[in-house]
Amino acid sequence: MSSAVTPRGWTKFGLHLNGWLVYLFFYAPIVLLVIFSFSASRNVGTWGGWTFEWYGEFAGTQNARNALEASLKIAIISTVISVVLGTMAALALERFTFRGKQVFDGLLYLPIIIPDVTMAVMMLLFFAEFFDVINAVFGIQMRKGFNSIVLSHIAFNISFVSVVVRARLAGMDTKLEEAALDLYATRWKAFRYVTFPQIVPGIAGGALLAITLSLDDVVITQFVAGPGWTTLPVYVFGLIRKGVTPLINAISVVMLVGSMSLVALSLVAERVRGGEHG
Amino acid sequence: MTVVEALLSQEPDEREATPEFEAAAARQESRRGFLMALPAYAYLVLFFAVPLIIVIVYSFATRNRFGGTDLSGWNLDSYAKLGEPIVRDILFRSVWLALLTTIICLVIAYPFAYFLSTRSPAIRNVMLVFVMIPFWTNFLVRNYAWRVILGNDGPFTRTTEALGLGEQELLFSQTAVVLGLVYGYLPFMILPLYAAVERIDHGLLEASRDLYASGYQSFRRVLLPLSMPGVIAGSILVFVPSLGAYVTPEILGGAKTTLLGSYIVTQFLTARNWPFGASLSFVLMAIMLVTTIIYFRKGGRTL
Repeated sequence: MSSAVTPRGWTKFGLHLNGWLVYLFFYAPIVLLVIFSFSASRNVGTWGGWTFEWYGEFAGTQNARNALEASLKIAIISTVISVVLGTMAALALERFTFRGKQVFDGLLYLPIIIPDVTMAVMMLLFFAEFFDVINAVFGIQMRKGFNSIVLSHIAFNISFVSVVVRARLAGMDTKLEEAALDLYATRWKAFRYVTFPQIVPGIAGGALLAITLSLDDVVITQFVAGPGWTTLPVYVFGLIRKGVTPLINAISVVMLVGSMSLVALSLVAERVRGGEHG
Repeated sequence: MTVVEALLSQEPDEREATPEFEAAAARQESRRGFLMALPAYAYLVLFFAVPLIIVIVYSFATRNRFGGTDLSGWNLDSYAKLGEPIVRDILFRSVWLALLTTIICLVIAYPFAYFLSTRSPAIRNVMLVFVMIPFWTNFLVRNYAWRVILGNDGPFTRTTEALGLGEQELLFSQTAVVLGLVYGYLPFMILPLYAAVERIDHGLLEASRDLYASGYQSFRRVLLPLSMPGVIAGSILVFVPSLGAYVTPEILGGAKTTLLGSYIVTQFLTARNWPFGASLSFVLMAIMLVTTIIYFRKGGRTL
């Protein structure tokens, strides 16, 4: 960094101040939320001495525990499926040319840029019609719930996984793959022993993003959730709309810790990736 | 015979050069690629493209007296309804608040991104991680934190009282909604801006200063044009979700701050006017697509 362009005086002061304020802005609300979750006061934003009561209430609330369990199940299943489909899509787009490739490329980007609310409406109307069709054709009466949530989460997660994996594939040296093929490796062997080990960090990153998005989603899930199947964010969102309580503080902090653990995991993945390049 | 010998002793494949063989190989490659894409392709057609088409079909349908939807008898009633004053107000308010959020994020994030790019690599990485954490943290929880802060007797009111500003009520106002949106989407602005600013050769800024440009001039003529891709990407990433925001206005906004996202949800969950809700969703998506395209075109020219 050259010293000639290093800002001086007021500009320098302003940049530093802005930097600190941004971090204060990011973290003060989170820290306050954590502190208040241990407050004995019934008013969510007031300090009333230490307590673990609200965490105990969370553990003792059957609905909340069910929602947490549903969230985890849905996140894991939708992540596994979207990682497989998304990685295949990424490979097809980065390494092959085929008819309909451009249409597929566009279709794959749409779920990323489409607003949550529009996608939620799409899925609501779709399942309303889809279940009728299934009933008419197979005579199976399906209802909104686990299936519709998982299917919707996969629909947006495929795109995010494929973007992350594609970025990895695009940044990769294709010479190694070509060398393997020149040395009479089959397409599969070249993939299995050369390409795959190199894109593992990309796949891991995509999986973490997918699981995070699945655990975070409120709007789409709310529209496709059914009786007996509510995820934790949808459950919390419902509680907030009825009125804030210390219980929500405690659940929020649990979700916060979950998110942070995933960030920590992704940082470890980054480390591994960084280490590979030396 | 070793592998290398075996490979070296291979006769060059004579078919390799013929156009027929090449064409056949290309066809096979194409088929392989298609098969590879097929599962995701089929999935997205069934669970994304078809739902999108259904929304469009519904937007032309009629709501019947029982709150159901009649798909027969297509009409433009739901689109005509968009011109009604109440709907127009909501549309304008949504666009305005999304624009305001984008501008505020830009003003905060630009100096921050520049500041980040002038730090030493070690410090920069740590600073980036601390921007990434809120980026990955649950959005609902982060908005809820503001509800606690701005709420009754919360830290915000206490602070304003302590400062002698009297009892300020910010919750359930447009300001609170914009605050929540800025808080939620600021990392979306910082990250692409940083990526763009970081790539710029600082020697160019130096050169402009050597040629007697003022600080402002070298920002306006050198830094800003070169970082335009980041400005565009960040603005889209903030504007798009802000326009369709539903969670934030629901948690931090009040009755007077109904935004497009919440209004759409109301049509489905309470008012039960699915055709109108479908037309609103379609309009929301159209605004997004048009903004994105225009923005990219404009950006393309500036670059």
